[in-house]
Amino acid sequence: MIGRAWKFSDNVDTDVIIPYKYKARSIDPKELAEHCMEGIAPEFSKKVKKGDFIVAGRNFGCGSSREQAPVAIKACGISAVIAESFARIFYRNAINIGLPVIISKDFPKETNEGDLVEMDLREGVVKNLSNGKIMKINKHPDFLEKMLEAGGLIEYYKKFGKFPWE
Amino acid sequence: MQYANMVSKDFQNKVLADEGLTFSEKILSLKRSDEPGKIALANEIIVAKVDLAMAHDGTAPLAIKVLEELGIKKVWDNNKVILHIDHTYPASSEQIANFHSIMRKFAKAQGCNIQEGNICHQYMLENFVVPGMLIIGADSHTTTQGCLSAFATGVGSTEIAAVWASGRIWLKVPESIKIVFNGKLPKGVYAKDLILFTIGKISCEGANYKTVEFAGNVVEEFSIDSRATLCNMTTEAGAKAGIVEMDSVTKEYLTSLGREAMMEIHAGKEAIYDKILEEEVEQMEPCVALPNSVDNVKAVREVEGIPIDQAFLGSCTNARLEDLIMATKMLKGKKVKEGVRLIITPASKSVYKFALKKGIVSILMEAGASITSPTCGACVGTHCGVLGAGEVCISSSNRNFIGRMGSTESKVYLASPATVVASAIKGTIADPRDYLR
Ligand code: SF4
Repeated sequence: MIGRAWKFSDNVDTDVIIPYKYKARSIDPKELAEHCMEGIAPEFSKKVKKGDFIVAGRNFGCGSSREQAPVAIKACGISAVIAESFARIFYRNAINIGLPVIISKDFPKETNEGDLVEMDLREGVVKNLSNGKIMKINKHPDFLEKMLEAGGLIEYYKKFGKFPWE
Repeated sequence: MQYANMVSKDFQNKVLADEGLTFSEKILSLKRSDEPGKIALANEIIVAKVDLAMAHDGTAPLAIKVLEELGIKKVWDNNKVILHIDHTYPASSEQIANFHSIMRKFAKAQGCNIQEGNICHQYMLENFVVPGMLIIGADSHTTTQGCLSAFATGVGSTEIAAVWASGRIWLKVPESIKIVFNGKLPKGVYAKDLILFTIGKISCEGANYKTVEFAGNVVEEFSIDSRATLCNMTTEAGAKAGIVEMDSVTKEYLTSLGREAMMEIHAGKEAIYDKILEEEVEQMEPCVALPNSVDNVKAVREVEGIPIDQAFLGSCTNARLEDLIMATKMLKGKKVKEGVRLIITPASKSVYKFALKKGIVSILMEAGASITSPTCGACVGTHCGVLGAGEVCISSSNRNFIGRMGSTESKVYLASPATVVASAIKGTIADPRDYLR
């Protein structure tokens, strides 16, 4: 997977990712995607391309526990969010809906807006093709990898008729 | 109810005696079901067996829908699934009444526990939680239940549906922070002040993904009510769980309710902490969190005099017996300032009943307070004390985000029940030390 990096700073909260007024109105991922990041990057939802990455600072996804936040990001076609750290419930929700989330202290600092990024989940590496930096991704346990591959918890159950840990 | 762990007695004893493990590592080592008998260390992702799984009228309807969508007909264990109708009880609108009906029907069909008209976390403490349990709740303040030495954490609706179906959950074993309060607590300073002070210091992400273990002589002397306040607010620093270890206070509380611990767990003496914070409490002052962030903390003295429209003594943070008794002491023979409304919402029916029996309710009403039936109500801005544009409220609850209690143009200050009551008497934010006899 290759895509461009969209850079965000620290403490991007769930209200910025998807404002409550849209959450209340819709559970359609496509409609959520149209308003994703509206508050801080009005151009984002129009210009983002399938395969792009979000690269952010600390505490990404803080605020409420709304599941719609990672859903909106995933529906934009984002292949992974790489951040210095994540808010707890966002991190869980992201994995459960099948959006890869990667924690790295250095990679976000060394990546600029628009850099070309390549990710290989099977090999467990992310490369910044614009500056040559390579980062190893901490592998999740097998059952979580399988869940991510299936597209999340619900998708996994629909496919296999059981939960990943059963 | 029978609760059993997955592992052998030998392994259990070995883990409990291990001096190198934190509370979280111990309990999750004993609950893990992916590799039973293997120690679970911080940052490892495991699958664990859940002892109780709860949701409320804000989260259960969606969870029920998810189960339907997946064609799952039965919950894994109806004794361990608990539904609470508390966020808007009694219903304030037709739509909410319909959500409540969905929950009642589901509970009946499944034969699982359902209760109405008690704030979920308080009801869990009064009826179900014992030390050594792993509790998952579809509510972020599930951490409250750590005050009884259980590992309790919050998730979203989809996940609680998965727990209801399978009795399992995946968890990242959290790193831990230890917060030690030592010394003699000054007059007018309470658990709420200590935790507000701490969040002000470490910030609203200061405990992100971590367990906060509380210790020190101040915590040891605290009642379960006060310990619940501490654990409740760890969520506001991003914590996954808050823990007060089991001791004689815990035992007494459990005995009074006819319950026994599942396991007594103590963190190892050589356990590794991400951070240890030691606070001497002698110099502490009553604190208040200013709008619109819980870590925007100042001493009450610094903001005294700000006029208020409403004072709210309620929520899962601070509306237990201890809090009502304290309010009574301050309000006896006094009046709430004209033009200010003091709304008191007991955390549970049992708290309410006790307050009635002891004459607490009549003293509070004599002073001018309005007492509502137990509900989340004003805390989450659904009913029973919603704020209008431009209004200012001082609240004993746990969140002061924009629009939390109503209008996006209202302002919420968070403080201890004593500060809330002092402010209600004065009509402006006031220091409780001036009102304590
Ligand atoms: S009282 Fe407030 S914080 Fe507590 S569970 Fe209810 S809505 Fe949540």
